Amino acid sequence: MRRFLPHPLLALFLLSAWLLLMESISPGAVVLGGVLAVGGSWTLASLASPRARLRRLTVLPGLLGDVLVEVMRSNYAVARIIVHPADGGVRRSGFIYIPLDMRAPYGLAALACILTATPGTVWVDYDSAEGTMLLHVLDLVDEAEWVHIVKERWERRLMEIFE
Amino acid sequence: MSAALLGWAVLVTQFLLVAAMGCAAFRLLRGPRAQDRVLALDTLYVIAAMLLLVFGIRTGSPHYFEAALLITLVGFVATAALSKFLMRGEVIE
Amino acid sequence: MTHAAELPAWAALSVAVLLLLGAGLALVGAVGLLRLGSFYERVHAPTLATTLGIGCVLVASMLFFSLVQSRFILHEVLIAVLVVITTPVTLMLLTRAALYRDRIEGKAPVPPPPRSHR
Repeated sequence: MRRFLPHPLLALFLLSAWLLLMESISPGAVVLGGVLAVGGSWTLASLASPRARLRRLTVLPGLLGDVLVEVMRSNYAVARIIVHPADGGVRRSGFIYIPLDMRAPYGLAALACILTATPGTVWVDYDSAEGTMLLHVLDLVDEAEWVHIVKERWERRLMEIFE
Repeated sequence: MSAALLGWAVLVTQFLLVAAMGCAAFRLLRGPRAQDRVLALDTLYVIAAMLLLVFGIRTGSPHYFEAALLITLVGFVATAALSKFLMRGEVIE
Repeated sequence: MTHAAELPAWAALSVAVLLLLGAGLALVGAVGLLRLGSFYERVHAPTLATTLGIGCVLVASMLFFSLVQSRFILHEVLIAVLVVITTPVTLMLLTRAALYRDRIEGKAPVPPPPRSHR
């Protein structure tokens, strides 16, 4: 199984993307999409990328829900800052370093996607030797609170999934 | 009734999106630095994809979807390439 | 808009609200590109358009075409997945490029490079 289909999740994703694009589940579309999916997963295997190991998938729906809520909340927050720039005194934006315990590469990638996709925070850099990441925050009120938010809200659950 | 409501909403949406493209285009021309221009270009791509989707709703034709998909793909490749170009440090002003 | 005449009123209303919300967020994000002071602040502005902005328009498009053609139209999900994956990559690359250039010029107040990279 592993030799025939090295990256089953990627193959499944490619097949469903193809079927969505074709807008049909006729046998022809399924066969062509299956060939593309297997070819794609072989290509990725030949690039020798590290394999993703997913465990505790039960955490995933809650995490995705929280990401959605957080995206909406910070959309409102950033829109407010843009519309009323001087609201609530002086606003400070800046860089902060956050020490991370997570080392799994796909977990770090997921954390980077979550933080950057949320308006108001951009993941800038990661230093793998020290395990710290550099984050730019638009509304930096309290550095310790941001470290707490990143570690407690996202990193802990991502570690449960990816490590 | 619902056609009239939707027609007006689509018209207003198109005006809002064109205004947003105007803001991004102003930042694209104004700069002041190369990274500001690349950021504005990336925003332009995303708003153009939204505008194409709205055109699709207005005309009722599903073909605009493919144009929107293509423009997001091309926008990603363009922005990634431009950022890499800036990273090389050869275009310091 | 003759093709929209058969839409029920609730659907037309929700498509209209979603479209206006998405376009409004995109406009606020683009205005943020103009109003915010430094590049690192401006990086945050377009994320309004790339998250909820395009998300609202995509949901509106899915709802509209599903009802007009009376079958499920889901391929807008592809654009959503694409945008969700690509936007963080482009913003990260762009911010790092800007940081790299500012560090070389040494003008703007930016954090120093990590010790292991020096």
